[in-house]
Amino acid sequence: MSRLYKFPGGLKLAGHKTISTRQPISKAAIPDRLFVPLGQHIGSPAECTVEKGQRVLKGQTIGAVTDYVAAPVHAPSSGTVVDIQKFPAAHASSLPSDVIIIEPDGKDEWLEREPIPDITEMDPSELRNLIRCAGIVGLGGAAFPTFIKLNPAGHQISRLILNGAECEPYITCDDMLMRERPHEIIDGAKIMRHALNAAQVIIAIEENKPEAIASLQALASEFDWLQIQAIPVIYPTGGERQLIKVLTGKDVPSKGLPLDLGMVVSNVATAAAVHHAIDHQQPLISRIITVTGSGVKSPQNFEVLIGTPISDLIELAGGYTEDADRLVVGGPMMGITLKTDATPVVKASNCLLVQTPPDHAGEAIIRPCIRCGECVKVCPVKLLPQQLYWFSQAKYLDDLQSHNLFDCIECGCCTVVCPSHIPLVQYFRFGKSEIWKKEQETIKADLARERADAKTSRVERIKAEKKAQHAARAKKTAAAADRKKEIEAAVARTKAKKTADIDTAINQNTEN
Amino acid sequence: MEFSQEQHYSPQTPAQASVSRVMLNVILALIPGIAVYIFYFGWGVLVNIVLASLFALLAEGLVLAIRKRPVLTTLLDGSALLTAILLALALPSHTAWWVTAVGIIFAIIIAKQLYGGLGLNPFNPAMTGYVVLLISFPLEMTRWNPPLELAEQSMTLLEAFSYSFTGSLPQRMNLDMISLATPLDLARGRLDMGFSLSVIRSEYSIFSNLSGKGTEWINIAFLAGGLWLLYRRLIDWRIPASLLLSMLIVSAAFWLINPEFYLSPVFHMFAGATMLGAFFIATDPVTASTTPTGRLIFGAGCGLLIYIIRSWGGYPDGVAFAVLLMNLSAPLIDHFTQPRISGYRGRKS
Repeated sequence: MSRLYKFPGGLKLAGHKTISTRQPISKAAIPDRLFVPLGQHIGSPAECTVEKGQRVLKGQTIGAVTDYVAAPVHAPSSGTVVDIQKFPAAHASSLPSDVIIIEPDGKDEWLEREPIPDITEMDPSELRNLIRCAGIVGLGGAAFPTFIKLNPAGHQISRLILNGAECEPYITCDDMLMRERPHEIIDGAKIMRHALNAAQVIIAIEENKPEAIASLQALASEFDWLQIQAIPVIYPTGGERQLIKVLTGKDVPSKGLPLDLGMVVSNVATAAAVHHAIDHQQPLISRIITVTGSGVKSPQNFEVLIGTPISDLIELAGGYTEDADRLVVGGPMMGITLKTDATPVVKASNCLLVQTPPDHAGEAIIRPCIRCGECVKVCPVKLLPQQLYWFSQAKYLDDLQSHNLFDCIECGCCTVVCPSHIPLVQYFRFGKSEIWKKEQETIKADLARERADAKTSRVERIKAEKKAQHAARAKKTAAAADRKKEIEAAVARTKAKKTADIDTAINQNTEN
Repeated sequence: MEFSQEQHYSPQTPAQASVSRVMLNVILALIPGIAVYIFYFGWGVLVNIVLASLFALLAEGLVLAIRKRPVLTTLLDGSALLTAILLALALPSHTAWWVTAVGIIFAIIIAKQLYGGLGLNPFNPAMTGYVVLLISFPLEMTRWNPPLELAEQSMTLLEAFSYSFTGSLPQRMNLDMISLATPLDLARGRLDMGFSLSVIRSEYSIFSNLSGKGTEWINIAFLAGGLWLLYRRLIDWRIPASLLLSMLIVSAAFWLINPEFYLSPVFHMFAGATMLGAFFIATDPVTASTTPTGRLIFGAGCGLLIYIIRSWGGYPDGVAFAVLLMNLSAPLIDHFTQPRISGYRGRKS
């Protein structure tokens, strides 16, 4: 095994993982209705390509990409599109997004698929395009389109790191995947390695998953480019930057990417999804999700179609216990609470955690900060959370930025150790959103100023034009008046001449 | 199923620590030192602790009520109680009740609540209260009683209470019996007069192997309590370590130059309020530096100042002034000692 390093801070947390690993992964049945949101990933949401009443086949594209940072969406089963409407998403913003509602016909009929030729012959960009068309996004929770990650963009990739750390308490979907389907991950790794032209692949797993380590290790010996690496159990070691630090001792530059160090990090479940997309031509229409916590009767992992209502899954896990009072998507450290279980599973949903009152600290009294510095000790980015807290509270946005608020990964360690129970991470989210708001306002203000300037100059231009017109008209009138005078003068002259002529004639006549 | 419509934010985990528990543990860690103090110097210190605690809770409760803040939950954070105990430990054993009252009321109301209460006070409240007393009532504040083993007479608990309130000594005692100097004060005073340490030591029986009789054991007990706090990770090691180390280095340097005219490093370690200051006073997180490097500087500064004030100042000990002076510097130290953030090459972006 190679040498390992430590990232600063972090916490040893109670895992609570065994409750959901007693049963194997179970395949969830096709639900009565599938609710497939069009925006399930970082980037622009997909654009609906089906109509109400249309029959769709399993794997058919129902949402197409409109942008570079985007992923298409596919029908998880065959059936009829019964409606397309706005729905609150199971996402931090909980903003409503367009959801395609499909009534499955139970036939689970696949779309005609063309087999993909040998990938080793294939150009990496073509491979990336196939992965893009399969709608694959990072399954670790962030849901970033995978084809973008698999683009080395001119960098020499030394290592592709497959993240099987799964450091959040309670979540076990990656653990179970690694235990039961190690070949899928390794086959996916082969494809990703080819797309990136990466020298080495490391699968990093926390030491508390010996079964997963053993099952991958049993297959890994065949491949000289593949290394299975056990890493110490410290939250948040599964964070991209923290994992790179542990494996290589290197810091990813603050505003940079792992790519800058010649590395790419991807989740193990994403690798399995890549394998399905390329080797079986199956787009991303299902995933493994952990349903766990003291609030469900029989915690377990399920392989579930994207779009399955959360309430169906809870039922599969034996239903809620009597004192279940909080539903969290994701883990307890970084997950978000849902107000209702009438929301669907999306590509990013790795865990449903149902809590009971003793599981959360919501009711603890919030006391003033005593500057004890516990938060500083546990921050994996070495920020000064308490300073950031004062600045957020006072809305000192410049100080927040100069104290590197945007390097905060919102892991929650500071909040967990705070003896005053201050919701620090929430303050930091607030600070970030205030800065974004201010930036938006600055942009708006700039625009408004430009517009005002444009208006002023336009008004002045119009004024000037009018003035010029007036002047021209005045000149014209004056000219016309002159002309009139001239004419009158001419007329007068002619008249005078005429009179004179007559006079002369008369005179002549009289003279004659 | 519908859940609470109230917004909850991650992390959603049960509370691990609490301010009350931290304060309570610090108070628990003081108990061995207090017990040894009573054992060697009599009940007076307990009288001080009881009175200071009562006045502290009353004063804090009053201000909280005026400020329309929750009284009971705030009092339960334990911070006022800790301030009271620390101040009481700094006072001479037999102190009049009104001296204690003035000190703790100033500490709680002026030094803490007027700045906004817990977490917002720039100066250590107990030490601020102590310094106010030291400057206002120099006579009362420098009348120390000898360790019991050297005393001809000592007071019972009841007599100690009665003395504190009435100022009248039991029949068998006189004021001289409780108007002595501490070993530290005595040594400095005699050194200033030009006596060498071996002469001073032979003159007075108050000195012992490490420092002074009783005092050394009190310091050892506070050291033990402090080590327990470190073991429980309730205080950061940086401040006590750097404080003691800097004291050790400076005192050793002067002592090596002339061991007859400078007190030994061992004497400094175990005399006066060294251990109480290093583990319980300088470590007050609210008023100390908060960055890791800053804490090292803060502790070292305290240690150096304690030595300077003890050696060349005019006060019985230097801990209070040293801590307050470093409190003053803490924001500046913090400003210049921000840690290097992961992902940045230099000190800052």
